[in-house]
Amino acid sequence: MTNVVIAGIGQTPVNEHWDLSLRELGLQAMEAAMQDAGGLRPNALYVGNMLSGALSHQAHLGAMLADFAGLTGIEAAAIEAAGASAAMALRVGFLAVASGQVDVALVLGVEKLSDQVPAQVESALAMGTDADYEAEQGLTLTAQAALLAQRYLHEFKVPEHGLAGFSLTAHANGAHNPNAMFRKAVKPEIYASAAIVSAPLNMFDIAPNADGAAALLLTRAELLPPKFPHPLVEIAGSSAVTDTLALHDRPDPLTFNAARLSVERACAQAGILPKDADLFELFDAFSIYSALSLEAAGFSERGQGWVWARNGAIHLDGDLPIATLGGLKARGFPGGATGAYQAVEATLQLRGQADGAQVPGAKTALVQSLGGPASTAVTHVLKVFNQN
Amino acid sequence: MDIPRHWRLNKQRYALVGEVCEHCDAKLFPPRDICPECGKEAKTLFQFSGKGEVYSYTTVYEAPEGYAEQAPYTLAMVKLAEGPLVTAQLTDIGDQKPAIGMPVEMVTRLLRSATDERGMLIYGYKFRPAVAQAAQAA
Repeated sequence: MTNVVIAGIGQTPVNEHWDLSLRELGLQAMEAAMQDAGGLRPNALYVGNMLSGALSHQAHLGAMLADFAGLTGIEAAAIEAAGASAAMALRVGFLAVASGQVDVALVLGVEKLSDQVPAQVESALAMGTDADYEAEQGLTLTAQAALLAQRYLHEFKVPEHGLAGFSLTAHANGAHNPNAMFRKAVKPEIYASAAIVSAPLNMFDIAPNADGAAALLLTRAELLPPKFPHPLVEIAGSSAVTDTLALHDRPDPLTFNAARLSVERACAQAGILPKDADLFELFDAFSIYSALSLEAAGFSERGQGWVWARNGAIHLDGDLPIATLGGLKARGFPGGATGAYQAVEATLQLRGQADGAQVPGAKTALVQSLGGPASTAVTHVLKVFNQN
Repeated sequence: MDIPRHWRLNKQRYALVGEVCEHCDAKLFPPRDICPECGKEAKTLFQFSGKGEVYSYTTVYEAPEGYAEQAPYTLAMVKLAEGPLVTAQLTDIGDQKPAIGMPVEMVTRLLRSATDERGMLIYGYKFRPAVAQAAQAA
């Protein structure tokens, strides 16, 4: 198979960027990725974004961002799959480059959530649920995660604060990431005394909404010069899978079936088993998602994923580090841009450039983004690329 | 301008009208025309009893646009007696603490207040503690 490699990466800090617009954020990440790739220019731009229409009155992001980046003339379009938008854009970029139709694809995740008040942002994020039968009842993504967590804690008799470890791990790791929104470890007693947002979720179970942009430049290995400025990372597996849009339409809401299938398919394509991964960038928008994603990926039986929260294996020096640069919880949740951050962070790990958050000897990474409660799941397997 | 959209949903919102699959007898709510159980067409209307029990619940304090007046409100997933799960608010619960397994029944209530100058009010199903159970408790 053709080797699709990540030739360049770029990202802005995740934060409330009052002084930066959607296009300015996007440009910073795109320029950084092109510079990182030694000035390589793309033939196509795929933008992952969820809410520019709802929150910035701006559609048509492909043309807007190609234009603003001085790339007019190339192919460009936006791709939307709720929280998995940028992961889906990465998959489209991968398919385009692997097919031979596009030589160099720029994948950009960009989201601007801070221009509107929280009630509006909650409404906009809830557009990713079933508008007629979920959002219309006053459901938010947070409330939906709380419904999942409440049932999960009840059904599997999870002790109080049984999910805390996911959040604490993310915050400990985020302390090493200069682009993270929160760069401070959190003590268990701070978690335990935090304000309840939607029972049983407290503020540390919920990733913070923020702005950000991250970009990856993809090409085929054979198109690059032999002496490239940095180690290359290959996309060895890629899979996108859907489940029912509404959580209530599933026979078992506590099973993230699309997440399971996308891990299986991406790993099969890469010729690995999930346990071969040196790290797992999972989609910890809510701590309950971490438990359900670990179960879906086959690391636990149904109802046992929470046990990982108490397991040192998820720490940077463990067997299955997660949220290595802070995850969604500490790096922040820039909506549909998130998948690009996850892939950029996994790339830093595989290049050995994650500094204080480095997973020692990382060669293979599993990266997964979810749209809603895994109504869409997109999984990529990234590997260190050996040029020979 | 969502008037036709909400008008189309009247039967579902006011009377819990879903569908029954004539091939495998699965009861479907919301209606979805293709049976998820057997994959065949399912377009026969079916009115649900409105009885069910709480599958899960939570409280919403940070409400989305149009729901602020109701906040904080209790949101639930309700397992209908005929099988399907629905997402809906719990109402008329007074001092009772919601619980998983609590028997509930459907009522019609205001879902959302006006968010624009046209002032459209959206009514639909919510669930309250089953009256028989409430009488027993009293």
